Amino acid sequence: MLHYVIVRVLQGVLVIFLVSIASFGIMQAAPGSPVDILIGEAQVSDAQVEAITKKWGLDRPWYEQYGTWLKNVVTGDFGRSVIRTGVPVRDMVAEAAPVTLRLNVLALLVAVVIAVPVGVIAGIKRYSPFDYVSMIGSTIGIAIPNYWIGLMLIIVFSLKLGWLPPYGSGSWKSYVMPVSVLALTEMAILARLSRGATAEALSQDYVTTARAKGLRESAVVTRHVVRNALLPIVTILGYRMAFLLSGTIVVETVFAWPGVGSLLFASIDRKDYQVVQAIVLLLATIVVVANLITDLVYAYIDPRIRIQ
Amino acid sequence: MAMTLGPQEAAATAPIAELDQVTHRSERRRAFNRFMRYRPGVVGGIIVIALVLVAIFAPLIAPYSPYEKVGRRADPPTREFLLGNDEIGRDVLSRLIFGTRVALVVGIGAILIAVCIGVTIGATAGYFGGKVDTILSRVVDTLMAFPLLALLVTLSALFAPSILNVVIIIGVTVWASYARLVRADVMSLRQREFVLAARSVGVGDARIIGRHILPNIVGPVIVLASLDIGSIIILESALSFLGLGVRPPTPSWGGMLSAGRSLLRNAPHIAVAPGIAIMVTVLAFNLLGDGLRDALDPRQRG
Repeated sequence: MLHYVIVRVLQGVLVIFLVSIASFGIMQAAPGSPVDILIGEAQVSDAQVEAITKKWGLDRPWYEQYGTWLKNVVTGDFGRSVIRTGVPVRDMVAEAAPVTLRLNVLALLVAVVIAVPVGVIAGIKRYSPFDYVSMIGSTIGIAIPNYWIGLMLIIVFSLKLGWLPPYGSGSWKSYVMPVSVLALTEMAILARLSRGATAEALSQDYVTTARAKGLRESAVVTRHVVRNALLPIVTILGYRMAFLLSGTIVVETVFAWPGVGSLLFASIDRKDYQVVQAIVLLLATIVVVANLITDLVYAYIDPRIRIQ
Repeated sequence: MAMTLGPQEAAATAPIAELDQVTHRSERRRAFNRFMRYRPGVVGGIIVIALVLVAIFAPLIAPYSPYEKVGRRADPPTREFLLGNDEIGRDVLSRLIFGTRVALVVGIGAILIAVCIGVTIGATAGYFGGKVDTILSRVVDTLMAFPLLALLVTLSALFAPSILNVVIIIGVTVWASYARLVRADVMSLRQREFVLAARSVGVGDARIIGRHILPNIVGPVIVLASLDIGSIIILESALSFLGLGVRPPTPSWGGMLSAGRSLLRNAPHIAVAPGIAIMVTVLAFNLLGDGLRDALDPRQRG
């Protein structure tokens, strides 16, 4: 087990390192030099341009610039925003992160609380009307673009009925639509996977054994089927992190939520590449860490994984 | 795994190769029968064919030009304009019909790029193993660490928005799952007797991969690709919705939604139709993918 933990952690660290090179590289390829963005419309002489280039270290080779950037990032310094002059990128991200965190945690909770029981019941009662209805719902849910659902909800609940605010993140009412929209896709996928995991558990020999020794069906289901089906469901949650964070970018934009997704989109629009770099690195790191934790938890619970 | 029967005796003698042709054909027949048994998959396939025809014959089907103002601005649906007019008076139905082109070109184009890259990387990593595998696997892990939309939004800001660039950007970001799939399959295939037999008579690596291994992974790759086209169409629409994908006035469903968004109060009809078009298209590809999985990849039948 220790060997497995060490190998997986080292792999995770290596991937985060590669992620940092990729994020830095993408921004290096961005059109327009940082100096042009810094100067903006101002009239400056060549000497001044050279001075600025030197001051920000832009005359040094890329690997040296990367080294400096990485050293700063490790100590928690993500540089300063070029557009909101002087504001540290760290503060901008720290301001937006709690908003995104609340939105995603709530959405995930809603999705799990609804979709897992639905999927498990559908898996137990396969080919029943309940199974068909929930799986048709799940199939359609996967096919709908979440931001479009957002627009439709705004039309109905904000513009026609006037029950919920169309954007912003003020009162609890403003949470209802973004959380539902973000939860919807996750729900559709989770329900389907939970059904599959339950059906898989039902077909195992230990279920036949449990039934053969005269255990009540309800006890077979709760003690043997559901407990074993939950394992793959829990791991799927960890691996879905990248998809959840992907969804948050459009949903935050649709509902004008001041979260990380909106900040990323706005920063790209304003060519504020320090901020873009920091957010992309942060999001990818969250995904790597979530996957790593999932792998380790899985290996801890299920010894078969470690052997490989 | 009846699928592997086909190419594995390719190096064998002539009479056996003939016999092999027979099993190959009947296996194809069986796969077709399996596909026809799953009704939703057949329906999905028919809708996909219909969409392709709509895209090809868009100028003949569309009642009006998708670029010209033909009615009053933001008018609701009438008998003359079945889905109403958009924010500058163009016919929504005609733009919807032409929008099929962007959705299909991006969906299919991006998947082709992703399959090419993914299969090459995956087959290389799985076949050669060792250091090559370690390096390529970490590259795949790195790509998978990025939330897809964050990466796409960032990349599309670097290139001029055009259909070609959208196809390329999506294609080079979604190949990781193909690499993983192909790597795992190739790893188990290269241990099989028919590969060892080919190697023992002196067949080169490139020929072993091309003639003996790749034909055996075509099925799973086609299944994954058909299931992925739907999510790529959603990604493209999201990019266009955010203003980073296909630029107006080219009609794209995401772009139409983006324009409709600012008129939600007075002209909600503009934002309704493109969403339904996306949903139906994605649904059709997903159902087709499910049907193909039953037919081509019996291992994964759920």
